[in-house]
Amino acid sequence: MRFMMIVIPKGYETAAPDTTPKPEDVARMMEYNKALQKAGVLLALDGLHPPSSAVRISYTDGKPTLTDGPFAESKEIIGGYWIIQVRSREEAIEWAKRAPMSNNEIIEVRQMFEMSDFPEDVRKAAEGFEDIPNATAAKK
Amino acid sequence: MSDIHRTIEAVWKIESTRLIAGIARVTHDIGIAEELAQDALVAALEQWPEEGIPAKPAAWLMTAAKRRAIDALRRGRMLEQKHGELAREIEFQQQQLAAAMDNALDQVIDDDVLRLIFTACHPILAMEGRVALTLRMVCGLTTAEIARAFLVPEKTLGQRIFRAKKTLAEAHVPFETPRGEDLRRRVESVLSVVYLIFNEGYTATSGDEWMRKELCDDALRLGRMLVELLPNEPEAHGLLALMELQASRTAARRGRNGEAILLLEQNRSL
Repeated sequence: MRFMMIVIPKGYETAAPDTTPKPEDVARMMEYNKALQKAGVLLALDGLHPPSSAVRISYTDGKPTLTDGPFAESKEIIGGYWIIQVRSREEAIEWAKRAPMSNNEIIEVRQMFEMSDFPEDVRKAAEGFEDIPNATAAKK
Repeated sequence: MSDIHRTIEAVWKIESTRLIAGIARVTHDIGIAEELAQDALVAALEQWPEEGIPAKPAAWLMTAAKRRAIDALRRGRMLEQKHGELAREIEFQQQQLAAAMDNALDQVIDDDVLRLIFTACHPILAMEGRVALTLRMVCGLTTAEIARAFLVPEKTLGQRIFRAKKTLAEAHVPFETPRGEDLRRRVESVLSVVYLIFNEGYTATSGDEWMRKELCDDALRLGRMLVELLPNEPEAHGLLALMELQASRTAARRGRNGEAILLLEQNRSL
């Protein structure tokens, strides 16, 4: 089973475009990342630039509309994620509990779809998807 | 299974390997180490539902296991003559010092988990014993889970594990990472265990597919651990790459009617 651990850092919604993480935060995170790696569960991890440099696209009958960040009405912004492979939802939660998060950060644990989760007709429609490069577990 | 038990099982999956390995450093016997670790798990299953999961489960489990390990050593020592005990103590300390110095000189990988893996995959064991020990001690699977995956009765698998531990103990297989020329041969032994596990999952027929497919995930996890522990071994990287490639081909392995398609015949354009 694969899970995405999504980091939701409060305050990131107003962070400047050139914001980068602090070295001490990165150092703290690296220990956790190493633990994930040593346990053989880590598939991918990334940090995201703040929303101030992002763009939102909304759709009206297939016609896209662009909006530049920051997005005033968004209270919860994704700051980054880990993708892990574990045997159970409980194991994913236990790993998330161990993440060195500060008081204003939340992790949301979301299970990722596997092909086997889908009914036959959906799988047929998705034929060939798994062989798109990087569509399956990313290699870090 | 209740929520708390599922959570404790998850904690066990995360912590058990390092726990067993750390204890084995003291006991020099992975069979005894595993038993002591299991004792710690029993204590956890008794106390955590009442007291809650501790903030540092690894430390809690290690303390519980080490307490029992020291008790066991003391009980063993109490049966010896006093002067014999003293002599052994001194000898033990000297060996520790010498070993530490040896390791520093040879630059041998000083990692308890790696030692555990090499020991569990020791060539003196029958392949099925190596597989059972590895899945149990390095992947943290229960006997029941391993038995289900290999379609054998739980009792049979329990005996397999028992025999493997006994063989290791009787042959006095040391808890160590092999060195020099032996390392290459022993790495091969480990990788063949991992690949066998992967293949069991990969070739699962549709009836038991879900349970056995998890073996592929366990093998991938082992492969990743090995790449971390043996970064200079190209074979470890190669095996992981091979398994990931094969795992990504899983979707192409089923035909329109669910029949298995051999790798050679698969539609490569997919």
